[in-house]
Amino acid sequence: MSGVRVLVGTKKGAFILTADGKRESWNVSGPHFPGWEIYHMKGSPLNPDRIYASQTSGWFGQLVQRSDDGGKSWEPVGNKFAYDGVPGTHQWYDGTPHPWEFKRVWHLEPSTTDAESVYAGIEDAALFQSKDGGKEWSELSGLRGHGSGPRWSPGAGGMCLHTILIDQNNPDRIYIAISAAGAFRTDDGGKTWKPINQGLRSEYIPDPNAEVGHCVHHLAMHQSKPNTVFMQKHWDVMRTDNGGDTWHEVSGDLPTDFGFVIDVHAHQPETVYVVPIKSDAEHYVHEGKLRVFRSKSGGNEWEPLTKGLPQKDCYVNVLRDAMAIDSLDPCGVYFGTSGGQVYGSNDEGDSWQPLVRDLPGVLSVEVQTLQ
Amino acid sequence: MIRVVLPGPLRSLARIDGEVQVDVEGRATQRAILDAIESRYPMLRGTIRDYGTLKRRPFVRFYACERDLSHESPDEAVPQAVAEGKEPFLVIGAVAGG
Repeated sequence: MSGVRVLVGTKKGAFILTADGKRESWNVSGPHFPGWEIYHMKGSPLNPDRIYASQTSGWFGQLVQRSDDGGKSWEPVGNKFAYDGVPGTHQWYDGTPHPWEFKRVWHLEPSTTDAESVYAGIEDAALFQSKDGGKEWSELSGLRGHGSGPRWSPGAGGMCLHTILIDQNNPDRIYIAISAAGAFRTDDGGKTWKPINQGLRSEYIPDPNAEVGHCVHHLAMHQSKPNTVFMQKHWDVMRTDNGGDTWHEVSGDLPTDFGFVIDVHAHQPETVYVVPIKSDAEHYVHEGKLRVFRSKSGGNEWEPLTKGLPQKDCYVNVLRDAMAIDSLDPCGVYFGTSGGQVYGSNDEGDSWQPLVRDLPGVLSVEVQTLQ
Repeated sequence: MIRVVLPGPLRSLARIDGEVQVDVEGRATQRAILDAIESRYPMLRGTIRDYGTLKRRPFVRFYACERDLSHESPDEAVPQAVAEGKEPFLVIGAVAGG
């Protein structure tokens, strides 16, 4: 029988929510790693029992945990993230050169072709890979070394590599995104990279059309259309149809186009979800209403999805990695808030229910579809 | 035999109840004690000291005998009472944050 497992990372531990394929009744386990920040958890698409978790703490640093039994038990694996060679410098907040320093792992992306391989996006921004299930990590240093690295600078949340999209049909093609450097693409498995930010316009940087420096918040892609990528930028919802070579805006009739999350329907590659946030100064939903907006036309025309979501006095945020979509039919959509609620929809977003509502602030949400 | 008390989050991580007892060869220094701890509990590598530099992490402190040893050289001898196992070497998560 089918089911789903929702992996929730919070500011004070991890939680795992499970349900059968109806997705009406939920079981909550946790907190796992109580008291620690869990930036991200994700399961292997090749071995769903294998789940990785990024466990971090301002006191005790970074750990990576791995489960091989679907989250019932965990073992710490490798936590040594050493930059390749002399790390060099990037641009600091005041414009001066600043040495690259490892701070934490923002995102873990298991390989789509090798169950022992997993990628990690870290702060200060770099991409690492483990080929032995997370025990040893090495940097794919072509990203930092391609030339624009010294011009990258941190966003308010730090200079983090937070998004990793692997083209399942061509695993040598990977998209990544960095705040606040922009989006990048490799076509050779991570050896060489190029910035893919043409068409982005960011008024908050000296040259609004610069090659790098854009605060890209998140990317999303449907595996059936790997040249089409959707982007929630600091401001603006964007799309590309040529693998990032050029982007155009599809914010359309959204009430505000600031936001963090963006995701794509499991079966309809032109159906996209965002959660607009009021502004870069006011990180909560617009007008006190928690609304997911869905476009069935690949952007520009958006409809608010409100059934089951609070429509007054709501001032939560939804962070960049805190939305996920299962692959059942109809697909389920899940997101977590800064207020500790995790909402789910078992009908593609038409209606919502709180799966759990009093967790610590949610940092990330992923979902595994179990057969 | 040296007694070490780790903070709760690291005891949970290493699945330790109560104090840890380690033996160090030669002079009992912070470095020798932490090397012994990390050797027995490899999952603690990087959590007390930075991986690359082996410097104490900023929000970790070392106390013993009612003294703050955090700023002493890692190669200084720890107090004799710690070296003799009469007093524990305390690894503390500093009061920080909100």
